[in-house]
Amino acid sequence: MGYSKALLWIVCLSPAGWLVWEAVAGGLGANPIEAITHATGDWALRLLFVTLAVTPLRRVTGWNPIIRYRRMLGLFAFFYASLHFLSYVVLDHFFAFGSILEDITTRRYVTVGFAGFVLLIPLAMTSTRGMIRRLGGRRWQALHRLVYVSAIAGVVHYLWLVKVDVRPPVIYALILSLLLGARLWRGHRQPARKPVKRIPSLRLKGART
Amino acid sequence: MLITHKRDIPFSEVTPRHLYVNRREFLMTGSAVTLGVFAGHLAGGDVNGTGAEARNELLFTRNAAFSTDEKVNSLDDVTSYNNFYEFGLGKGDPARYAHEMTVRPWTVRVEGEMRAPAAEYALDDILKPHALEERIYRLRCVEAWSMVVPWIGFPLRDLIKRFEPTSNARWVRFTTLYRPNELRGQRRTTLRWPYVEGLRMDEALHPLTLIAVGLYGETLPNQNGAPLRLVVPWKYGFKSIKSIVKIEFVKTQPKPTWNLSAPREYGFYANVNPQVDHPRWSQASERRIGRFFRQKTRMFNGYADEVGHLYAGMDLTRQF
Repeated sequence: MGYSKALLWIVCLSPAGWLVWEAVAGGLGANPIEAITHATGDWALRLLFVTLAVTPLRRVTGWNPIIRYRRMLGLFAFFYASLHFLSYVVLDHFFAFGSILEDITTRRYVTVGFAGFVLLIPLAMTSTRGMIRRLGGRRWQALHRLVYVSAIAGVVHYLWLVKVDVRPPVIYALILSLLLGARLWRGHRQPARKPVKRIPSLRLKGART
Repeated sequence: MLITHKRDIPFSEVTPRHLYVNRREFLMTGSAVTLGVFAGHLAGGDVNGTGAEARNELLFTRNAAFSTDEKVNSLDDVTSYNNFYEFGLGKGDPARYAHEMTVRPWTVRVEGEMRAPAAEYALDDILKPHALEERIYRLRCVEAWSMVVPWIGFPLRDLIKRFEPTSNARWVRFTTLYRPNELRGQRRTTLRWPYVEGLRMDEALHPLTLIAVGLYGETLPNQNGAPLRLVVPWKYGFKSIKSIVKIEFVKTQPKPTWNLSAPREYGFYANVNPQVDHPRWSQASERRIGRFFRQKTRMFNGYADEVGHLYAGMDLTRQF
């Protein structure tokens, strides 16, 4: 268990490590800032998808321990989304808040991307065990459904920024629809159980996303 | 000041790279750089490799009056970071795949409203009468990055005059090579192939408008639009069409490829204009490749004094 988490930690960090390595070695090409912005954005979305795959995978395989890795995966998605946002603010615009604000308010792909990032902040902040307990499972779960909105926003952000080649963002959109569709389909097949009054500690156990 | 230098060897008879490299090093280490002219070597017209590396040294003069003194981007920047969708959509794709394009033999069809006979002209016939000059121009991409490139070429106006366009010729239409078996990007319809661009006649006749056949003192690498391309420095880069196979003098305004693809985003004129944003991003500033801080984009890419009068009275927010 300890080892597997450590291994996953290294795997999740390796894209960032690779970027740092390439940046130092001059391997990011003529426009390294663009390369960093694109790579961190890609990995934010990919890790968000991996996080969203945990629950369907658990249902399909019945391999329950996988749920233990979900928080780490989600936090790494947030880590890459933060790097993506920072590379935009620091590397691309170097804190030119005037033009950043103009971008966020007038360019729809920036608006939606920024929204997707901001939505992840409360999720990262409430990811601790203490916060789950404080919020209560049901409220915590409702809050964390924002991850669906954030993932959709991320894909739309990608779709709206490309010039002609919509293939990559369309592939991302298909993967996301599969991940979200799996949830809807399950919800359709198993109508919501009648809400039963439960004591808070049990509520957490039964929580599903 | 323009130092003219008569070229009397055909374009195809220039020295293979391996023969001149040593001599060039000698020149560069000596004071010959200030001479401004690299005299060509008359030996052997046969180009050994046919890949992207087969670049040949060119004879040219420096046109300082038409050049910026800004820091020039490295050959590596200029040849590794390209938009040339005929070879793929990634910036590195042209450098990776453009060697698959055969650039010799090459012909250019010239036709339309002109007195000269419409015909398929061999590249040498197109280029032969023109003395080459180096012009260091700013290049501003519509994607808000820019470079400074030392082009080798000659004014398009000199070429146009040879074909004697009539008064019906109001516009010039250019077409890029269409050959999907060599230009792998054309096997997909990302854009409508072949790539087409156009200029109004007065834009085409402007002394800044260049037909480039080389950069950094040698023939164009394929990824930069070999063997001949347009360079219009006050317009976004996509107007500067590459690997031209057809030039037409026409009565009506041509329909450029990007304009057809997304008319709201890419206008016919595509003049660099920091006040008119692309619908999806700002054009107020740009990243000069190789620099960390963004810089302000200048009206007409800094060529307003030269070309501003061409657009007097036009509403540039509508005719963008």
